[in-house]
Amino acid sequence: MRKVRTYNEVQHSTGSQLLEQVLELQDRLAARLSSIGTVVAIASGKGGVGKSAVTANLAAALAMRGRSVGAVDADLNGPSLGRMLGVSGMSLSDGPDGVGPPQGVQGVRVMSMELLQEAEDAPLGWRAPDFGKFTWRSTLETGVLREFLADVVWGELDFLLIDVPPGTDKIERLLELIPDLDQALLVTTPSEATRFVVSKSLRLVQEAGVGVVGLVANMTEHECPQCGHRSSLFESGGAERLAAESGVPLWASIPFDPRLGASTDLGEPLVIKEPEAPASRAILALADRVDAAAKAGADTE
Amino acid sequence: MKFLCLECDKAMDFAERQLPGDGTLVAVFKCPGCAREMAMLTNPMETQLVSSLGVKIGGREVPAQPMELVRGSLEGGREDVFQEPDHPLSEDVPVAGTTSPAGAGPVVWTPEAVDRLSRVPKFVRGMVKRIYGEWAREHGVGEMTPELMDRARTELGMEGM
Ligand SMILES: Nc1ncnc2c1ncn2[C@@H]1O[C@H](COP(=O)(O)OP(=O)(O)O)[C@@H](O)[C@H]1O
Ligand SMILES: [Mg+2]
Ligand SMILES: [Zn+2]
Repeated sequence: MRKVRTYNEVQHSTGSQLLEQVLELQDRLAARLSSIGTVVAIASGKGGVGKSAVTANLAAALAMRGRSVGAVDADLNGPSLGRMLGVSGMSLSDGPDGVGPPQGVQGVRVMSMELLQEAEDAPLGWRAPDFGKFTWRSTLETGVLREFLADVVWGELDFLLIDVPPGTDKIERLLELIPDLDQALLVTTPSEATRFVVSKSLRLVQEAGVGVVGLVANMTEHECPQCGHRSSLFESGGAERLAAESGVPLWASIPFDPRLGASTDLGEPLVIKEPEAPASRAILALADRVDAAAKAGADTE
Repeated sequence: MKFLCLECDKAMDFAERQLPGDGTLVAVFKCPGCAREMAMLTNPMETQLVSSLGVKIGGREVPAQPMELVRGSLEGGREDVFQEPDHPLSEDVPVAGTTSPAGAGPVVWTPEAVDRLSRVPKFVRGMVKRIYGEWAREHGVGEMTPELMDRARTELGMEGM
């Protein structure tokens, strides 16, 4: 067989400049994030556990504490953060240096796929050949998330919260975009199935070297609004066990409260509407922990 | 990706990119030694895979616009979501003869070019206008006409925008 020189043996580049362009896009993202104090991902691996509700309430809680906050809905296929933070139907300002985000409750700046879609209930569709979708879809969606992070004029922010969609692969993709993510909050519920997925996600963020990781147990117990009696929805203790096994601290236990779901889903996070509700108090305390960890991080830098 | 001319044992240079409009792509490469040319033809899936990365084979003539990937790819984009910050688009597109001479100030759009631009979906219009504007500046074009829009479109590979 004759010897043909290999890619690495040929020094001269062909000038198609693909790698250069990819690196350029990464630099853009890094430059944009450099004016943001702390980037926090709210993830789980599992869907329906309250990631979006926690993100919306945490964003509002941090803003109530006087912090400047942005929130990115990374869930392109099932966006809900726009509605929860009250920016549905708002427009984006279109400048040469980026897109200006709308401001929702407490002045939180929000970017979500929901803002870009004409029909609220339309499934996410791309103008591209259907054939071979599996080859390009996840690349395209990662690229779009990169744009949500890099091409929005966030300005100076204390916190940028990212609502990560279900699927542990989505956590991996986010870590590829932001290798030096500051904090990861993993939302779990007391079900055994969730605990299993969350423990996988935990390992992912730990192996990626995310500096600060906290567990958030959601819908832990139900407090009867009439008599105040508390009861567990599932076998309790799952989150504590996960915390003990992984060495990751349990930062919040948020009780199940129908008011939290109802008001948050309608664009009024419960921490604003009823800051004294036990669920709100748990989230406000979570905000204090996130804030304290951010301060500690800034001090050691 | 590199192309090696086996005859000369030299890496070929990128020469030209064409988008025929059927979702496929033509990229021409030329050997700096023997000047032999070859064309790489990609099918729609391969073409999409590259553009999903947010990159263009052969490099970009004008830098990527903010949210270019999502605006260029999303099906069913909301018509009025993007608002130009200060001046609405209609006032921002000067008609021939009303602004500074060619090359100096902003690009002047002929009424025909304005009309053509107004038919671009609103979801991408502001961005498309900026891309044409940057292309014009780069080529020292002072007045934008439908013919130049066609040329820019092909050169920039903005098929379908
Ligand atoms: N602690 C809670 N008590 C009551 N309802 C909740 C609680 N947390 C979340 N919800 C509601 O449960 C539903 C699913 O939550 P969501 O945040 O959308 O989940 P995810 O983003 O993880 O898929 C939403 O309607 C939400 O408002
Ligand atoms: Mg969600
Ligand atoms: Zn040759």
